[in-house]
Amino acid sequence: MIDNNHVIPQTKIRVENFNLFYGKFQALDKITIDIPSNQITAIIGPSGCGKSTFIRSFNRMNELIPSVRTEGKIILDSKDIFEIDPVELRKQVGMVFQRPNPFPKTIFENIAFGPRAHGIRDHRILEEIVEKSLRQAALWDEVKDTLNKSGLALSGGQQQRLCIARALAVEPEVILMDEPASALDPIATLKIEELIEQLKEKYTIVIVTHNMQQAARASDFTLFFNMAESRAGYLVESGKTTDIFTNPKNELTEQYISGRFG
Amino acid sequence: MARELFERKIKQIQDEILLLGSMVEQATLDSVTSFKDRDIQTAKALIEDDQNINDKRFAIENAILILLATQQPLAHDLRLLAAMLLVANELERMGDYAKGIANNTIRLGISDLPIPYRDIEKMGELAVSMLHRSLSAFISEDISQALAIPHEDDEVDALFNKCYRTIVNGMIANPATIDDASLLLWVVHNLERLADRVVNICERTVFIKSGEMMEMDGSEDEVEG
Repeated sequence: MIDNNHVIPQTKIRVENFNLFYGKFQALDKITIDIPSNQITAIIGPSGCGKSTFIRSFNRMNELIPSVRTEGKIILDSKDIFEIDPVELRKQVGMVFQRPNPFPKTIFENIAFGPRAHGIRDHRILEEIVEKSLRQAALWDEVKDTLNKSGLALSGGQQQRLCIARALAVEPEVILMDEPASALDPIATLKIEELIEQLKEKYTIVIVTHNMQQAARASDFTLFFNMAESRAGYLVESGKTTDIFTNPKNELTEQYISGRFG
Repeated sequence: MARELFERKIKQIQDEILLLGSMVEQATLDSVTSFKDRDIQTAKALIEDDQNINDKRFAIENAILILLATQQPLAHDLRLLAAMLLVANELERMGDYAKGIANNTIRLGISDLPIPYRDIEKMGELAVSMLHRSLSAFISEDISQALAIPHEDDEVDALFNKCYRTIVNGMIANPATIDDASLLLWVVHNLERLADRVVNICERTVFIKSGEMMEMDGSEDEVEG
């Protein structure tokens, strides 16, 4: 049996005493956690516990909401993300959403959009990026002859892989995924999970999921969030996925993953 | 409380485990008694009835597999179902030991070999008592009981060693008895092994409760043969 237990992965994102408020309402309460590099970290927890808010903090997407205020630190590698230009930060920390949301453009243009926005004009380079990104997203073979067709003509699972390819095109370091498979059928879901597993070689992946089996199948580390009585989200337990799903230390985690609440 | 149906089904399987356990206890006690009484009729019946134990074990295994497939248990539920799968197997193998003793009763026939009946009976009683309490501890997830019971295995081992010496000395003194006496060795071996398997049930009890897989100090690992 291969034992990777002794390998301690490096930290990619360090979160220290992170609080987040929507106006007066505190949505995240003193979150402190290290997100390991080149691993898949799953975040689970009942609805409203702040999972999505939490990962949206990693590329400062919450700032688009005017009433949001944060405290504490989020360090990407050794840099405080609040000192990085948000456009540059979002290039490094990409995101894939719950429902596939391709642009109403061709498959090619969907992928080329990001690199273009970052100043790449040479068509040959763009072609290379499109092919590489689609290959990494395990979509190339299915669309290589139809790159000029609309991205919206693809199936749901293909659209989601297109969105992953679009995120990969700007060569991020971290990919955030917010319920990336919840709108997909079981086969498309498994394809996305296989893909995520391949992607971790190059990227650090953080995935929010409501599907416990998906977290168990597809992640290396798991964070369990819960909601306090004040409705603020807090981190209950974190650990290796294999430990969390077979022998969690916290009674709340136990009850949540075995379907007794949430 | 969510998952009432699931919990009811787990409870049903636990009841079936207890039922299987009581079948094995009875078969073991009956096998020792019929051995002592040279009661070949009962021994034959025991061999036939072993099929019921096997059937019950498969029924339990099937019920657990269905729950694994349909309910996706995790954490404590998962450990409990995995442990019950193993314990059902342990009980079925214990049933085989009782059947083995019954077989030897038949083979031994009316041989006039000197037999340490008292010690064999004591081994049987002790092993069955350990089994009974280990299953109670298993179902109620009583760690302190599960940790205590394996120590009693030392007493079973001591009786085994005593019987073993007696039987081997008999063989040395009268080599003509070796064939029959070797059957006796199997009888005491089976009872000793039964008690070892009780230790496995206790290990699983600790596993369900704590998630920790520990090897308890029963006797040494199985040497079949």
